[in-house]
Amino acid sequence: MNKKLTNKKLMLIGNPNVGKSAIFSRLTGVKVIVSNYHGTTVEYTKGYLKLGDDRMEIVDIPGIYSLEPTMKAEEIAVKIFEEAVKEKNENIFINVIDSTNLERNLNLTYELIKRDIPLIVVLNFWDEAGHTGVSINREKLENILGVPVITTCGITGEGIKSLVDNLHNAKRSNFISKRISKDITEKSKWEQIGEIIEQVQKLKHRHHTIGEKLSDFSIHPLSGLLVAIIVLGLSFSIIRLIGESLITYLLEPMFENYWTPVLLKISALFNGNGILHDILIGQVIDGKISYLDSMGMLSTGLFVPIAMILPYITAFYFVLSFLEDSGYLPRLGILVDNLMHKLGIHGLAIIPMLLGIGCNVPGALSTRMLETRREKFIASTLMAIAVPCMAQIAMIFGLLGRYGLKAIIIVFVVLFVVWVILGLLMNKFVKGTSPEIFTEIPPYRIPYFKSLLKKLWMRIVWFIKEAVPYVLLGVLIINILYVLHVIDFLGNLVGPIITGLMGLPKETVGALIVGFLRKDVAVGMLVPLGLSMKQMIISSVILTMYFPCIATFTVLLKELGTKDMVKSATIMILSTLIVGTILNLVL
Amino acid sequence: MSLKEIQIGDKAKVIKLNGGLMFKKRAEALGIRVGSMIEKRSAQFMNGPITIKVGNTNIALGVGMAEKIIVEVL
Repeated sequence: MNKKLTNKKLMLIGNPNVGKSAIFSRLTGVKVIVSNYHGTTVEYTKGYLKLGDDRMEIVDIPGIYSLEPTMKAEEIAVKIFEEAVKEKNENIFINVIDSTNLERNLNLTYELIKRDIPLIVVLNFWDEAGHTGVSINREKLENILGVPVITTCGITGEGIKSLVDNLHNAKRSNFISKRISKDITEKSKWEQIGEIIEQVQKLKHRHHTIGEKLSDFSIHPLSGLLVAIIVLGLSFSIIRLIGESLITYLLEPMFENYWTPVLLKISALFNGNGILHDILIGQVIDGKISYLDSMGMLSTGLFVPIAMILPYITAFYFVLSFLEDSGYLPRLGILVDNLMHKLGIHGLAIIPMLLGIGCNVPGALSTRMLETRREKFIASTLMAIAVPCMAQIAMIFGLLGRYGLKAIIIVFVVLFVVWVILGLLMNKFVKGTSPEIFTEIPPYRIPYFKSLLKKLWMRIVWFIKEAVPYVLLGVLIINILYVLHVIDFLGNLVGPIITGLMGLPKETVGALIVGFLRKDVAVGMLVPLGLSMKQMIISSVILTMYFPCIATFTVLLKELGTKDMVKSATIMILSTLIVGTILNLVL
Repeated sequence: MSLKEIQIGDKAKVIKLNGGLMFKKRAEALGIRVGSMIEKRSAQFMNGPITIKVGNTNIALGVGMAEKIIVEVL
């Protein structure tokens, strides 16, 4: 039977926030290969379930409430679903249901049953349903629906084995054919769901739980503001504490004590000079290697991503993953909804912004959760212009730190002001509508530590795979550009703008070129230029604003389309010129 | 009365959805339909979004949406 199963795909489908991904992660196990496939519209997560010596492909479809999409993000999910239905190998569909919300979830189940596909229903959050006073008669539901019904708790893994054992029992439901009338109107659909609920579900009245009280407290306009300030302040402190500790106590000593001697030996092999030596090691001064100034691939090229950025990436994603898993972020979104509407986007757009702080790429992708083209345009443009990614922030911290906290604060205050002003302007001038918020708020949950660490690990691996090669490439390109005097040439070309308007040395153009590849390396390139504090502040700001890095640009181009990308880029360049000039005059 | 007008803490029954097809579909998907029992949980200042509880789900919606949902306080 395993052999037959392995030809099929397992499609996980269900409402948003029902724990599909936790089940996906349980099924695919430790040796999970989670790849994000992004074509122009399709984006899904796939992995493999081990069945004896064989394996079976599993696809995690983004959450949907109904097969009739009401939002852009749902259209993509429905498309993945329809394609899986069309495939000839009888793919198995696993409909994951939130047991605490059976009635609402059965809407999708009903639509799936009507499609006559091999189906298994999974009642997830089975334990939580018990706590909230919901009891469901599993056997009765199985009999009524005519497909296997399995209870699970995706987070702890309970019921997953039973799900795997029952995969071959997936079947087409006879629910509809049992009914006399096949022509069912919308109204009677809900009546039928109501009948099912009456038969299988018993509710015990419960007073508001601690989670609900906490939820009310963090949404209330006054106490919510207090919570937001505490959460954000605490997050910032934890990120700095973890990041700085990792750098000071672990990574810097590691590089100094173990890597420097190796580099010095390699340097000696080249007799300390030559083009290859300069590209690999860079400048060695008095038998010492300055990891920031030397600009060698093996020195600066490794030190920047691993010892300067990775610690902050780790710290940031640890905190972000915690906030994501707890369910706090949508509540923060509701709290800032009013302010964000003035900028033409609704409160939930705070999530792409926060993700963008980690890396602009996932930030740009997550603008899909916004409904209209106008919102996506405004949110993406604001993020690309005024939200520096963690790699760049880490470098700004590292380099501006020497001037004290004041310089760093100025950079972020300027970026925040730019974010607000551009948002106000775009809200006034960009055509289209920005609909109101209309969304489910997930209940508070205590993050499950193991899955949180797993997510953190995946994000770290992603950073190392995606960032380190580009950083090395960036350093290589810098060296080549210097050798070929390209930077001098371009510097003279745009000198009037950079020097005249913004008061920066013309060599800054090198950083702007490399910034297209990696913004962190670009900030690092400012070190040898011997800039004043004012120049450091201006260049940090314009490096954030002028254009996204190539990875972000690619995603934005796909998400926005060429026409909107051109508009967005025009806004970026114009606002950079204006802000750079103003800062030069004011500071 | 609309969902916007009732007090925080009020429990009410939905009696009408005054909106387009898309609005109705979305509301229905989230469990808000004629006959649903809802409870108003919070409202932000200056006509900010409202949160309600339907079944075991908490839902946030803008005031414009809330005005389209006509309810009867129980």
